[in-house]
Amino acid sequence: MPTTVALAVARYRPEAESEPTFQTYEVPFRKDWVVLDALNHIKDNLDGSLSFRWSCRMGVCGSCGMKVNGTPKLTCAAFLADYPSGPVRVEPLDYFPIIRDLVVDLTDFMHKLKKVKPWIIRKEDKPTAEGEYLQTPDQLDAYKQFSMCINCMLCYSACPIFGLEPSFVGPAAIALAQRYNNDSRDQGARERLEILSMKDGIWECTFVGECTKVCPKHVDPAGAIQQYKLAGAVHWVKSLLLPWGAR
Amino acid sequence: MESFACDVLVVGGGGAGLRAAIAVAETHPRLRVAVLSKVYPMRSHTVSAEGGAAAVIKPGDSLDEHAYDTISGGDWMCDQDAVEAFVREAPGEMLRLEHWGCPWSREPDGHVAVRPFGGMKVQRTWFAADKTGFHMLHTLFQTTLKYDGIHRYDEWFVTRLLVDEGRCQGVVAIELATGRIEAITAKAVILCTGGCGKVFPFTTNANIKNGDGMALAYRAGAPLKDMEFVQYHPTGLPFTGILITEAARAEGGWLLNKDGYRYLQDYDLGKPEPRPVLRSMELGPRDRLSQAFVKEQEKGRTLEGPYGHYVHLDIRHLGEKLIDRKLPFVRELCLRYVGIDPVKEMIPVRPVVHYMMGGISTDIHGATPLPGLYAAGEAACVSINGANRLGSNSLTEVLVFGARAGQAAASFAAEQGGPSASIAAQALDERRRLEERLLRKTGGRERIATVRAEMHEVMEESAGIYRTGPALEKAAERLQRLQERSEDVSLDDHSLTFNTELTAALELSYMLDVARTIVQSALERRESRGSHQRTDFPKRDDEGFLRHSLAYRAEDGAPRIEYLPVTITRWPPGQRVYGR
Repeated sequence: MPTTVALAVARYRPEAESEPTFQTYEVPFRKDWVVLDALNHIKDNLDGSLSFRWSCRMGVCGSCGMKVNGTPKLTCAAFLADYPSGPVRVEPLDYFPIIRDLVVDLTDFMHKLKKVKPWIIRKEDKPTAEGEYLQTPDQLDAYKQFSMCINCMLCYSACPIFGLEPSFVGPAAIALAQRYNNDSRDQGARERLEILSMKDGIWECTFVGECTKVCPKHVDPAGAIQQYKLAGAVHWVKSLLLPWGAR
Repeated sequence: MESFACDVLVVGGGGAGLRAAIAVAETHPRLRVAVLSKVYPMRSHTVSAEGGAAAVIKPGDSLDEHAYDTISGGDWMCDQDAVEAFVREAPGEMLRLEHWGCPWSREPDGHVAVRPFGGMKVQRTWFAADKTGFHMLHTLFQTTLKYDGIHRYDEWFVTRLLVDEGRCQGVVAIELATGRIEAITAKAVILCTGGCGKVFPFTTNANIKNGDGMALAYRAGAPLKDMEFVQYHPTGLPFTGILITEAARAEGGWLLNKDGYRYLQDYDLGKPEPRPVLRSMELGPRDRLSQAFVKEQEKGRTLEGPYGHYVHLDIRHLGEKLIDRKLPFVRELCLRYVGIDPVKEMIPVRPVVHYMMGGISTDIHGATPLPGLYAAGEAACVSINGANRLGSNSLTEVLVFGARAGQAAASFAAEQGGPSASIAAQALDERRRLEERLLRKTGGRERIATVRAEMHEVMEESAGIYRTGPALEKAAERLQRLQERSEDVSLDDHSLTFNTELTAALELSYMLDVARTIVQSALERRESRGSHQRTDFPKRDDEGFLRHSLAYRAEDGAPRIEYLPVTITRWPPGQRVYGR
């Protein structure tokens, strides 16, 4: 086993550089280290000026998504042992503006998230004194998978459509919309469909399926988009046949 | 210097902060409320909570039972009026979250399911598989998006509270993306910044948990309550400190020593039964289980690995189907981070720093003694957790006391006028301090990582599961020296753009303040109670110490400890009995 491994890390300091460069660091090669541990080793011991986001180090907060040897990964879940020959190339996620080093700008995603109305929509809410809405385990299963998204942005970084068309709402936001559509407590599917049927919505997707491949939580955004398109098509046919607005 | 103004400023976007913001938006829709956080809200550490959230909902349970479990679990250090309010409001808060879409696990008939949990005599822990905190946080965050009135400052880092004329009137904060340093004035500020597990080296806590809010309040003159009470969770993965949820034991997991023996039976926690028994054995309280581990280690009955001693958590007998349905995250974490499948193999575990019972002292409305300043969640100490928190009470606490703090802060803010004249000058002073002491400074001789590592060493040696007076005294002196040395830190990074070395330096300074309060409070509490075990004072002493410690920051930066009576309503101090 090697004792050290080289990390080629993308650097970008907007005050000093016009475009990103690579800087290589030699870090200890330890089999239980993840790429994030190596980055922290650099920051603590070699170069305090390297910037990246991280928090939970257990694959659930979604902060530490980066490209590792070209593939979008959570760096807290990418083991150095999987790249023994090095160098390990660490870059910011594709298709997002880079703020600094490995930190990308999520502002646009935060707007998209809100746009799909990811909350329970009901004509009337009942008072909590009347207890919970009943929901069987099967009804829960209908949306559970789509509720597992940690907003890590790997799917956007893998999506060639988003790469070409930054206004595309994108995999995670659509999956989240479908999470609420499929929730038996929700009555907002139609409102969301209207938003997602507009330009930049579901029809942009050409089913490349890369989003589902890179998702660390098995959310299957491609599946969500497919469900959505079906609902959208049915809605469209119905609106032709029943123009007075029946669902 | 630019300045933003709002009516209620919530610092921290985890469970407590988001619930507080919604409470403000719902009760006082005309007030301008903002949530400011150093991370995007969905990154907050609430996301890592796994097992569940307690609230009485099922027939056969009662509010009094929940209160008694909580109070006895806390070794009678809880304020009982706070506990009574907590258990009373818990079911409504949990139902509200259900209405907002939280994907609670269900019974076949569609009702919310509950599971057993440590120290709880009745099954009352609501859960969303074993990702309860994740689902609660995302549900809350997504729900806040529907309130146009809730403004957000994402990735802003607070460096100080603005206090004038005896009330808190806002904060100074750095926008990470640009490095600009601004004053954000507010008529009320709610600190929901979470705990401070990162003062210890081995913790389940995320990188962001540095006691920011605790230190900010403390520096502004508000006291920190009960800081000596630090919870070790009995089942963390060695090396990473990743939490293996108590739900693994609640579903029937066993703790085994190196001989495969369920050693908890030797520590007055009951008799081993094949099925889980409430308030017994593996479902005893966390403090007692972590202490049992240390005793077991002393007897030479633990296993030893590259990252120290450990025991086994065995869930193999639960079967793959149940594990995948109720503990999928446990399996995922073990496969990824230990390379074992808990369906077939035993999980190595050891106690790990998990939660601060102590925090910013508040009343039952979330108000601190400093007018205009409120706190909720792990950052605060109301106290419902006393000397040892029961698992699954903290997720509920963020809802109940987040909502209470939001309402109280909104009512307060509605009565206040604008910021006083000297606030702008204070903010300018703070900006100058940051620039001179950190951003532009060169030639310092200390590195952040070195000082932090030494702080970790001091805390682990002195303020762990068992403590002694001499070790704490030494620790207090070492921390003071470390604090002095931390003044001599200089940064590699002088950029204004997303300077995480700057925030790390500020976080280190917060942690050192907080660490000193933990050590000083522990030194002066000459008794053993709950999570605070003094080998030189092994007994609980109600006569001398049935009272909360309050740590105030003295002029010289050292903590000064005062005491406050514990509120007892209906449950006079008694013995904690488990397993019999």
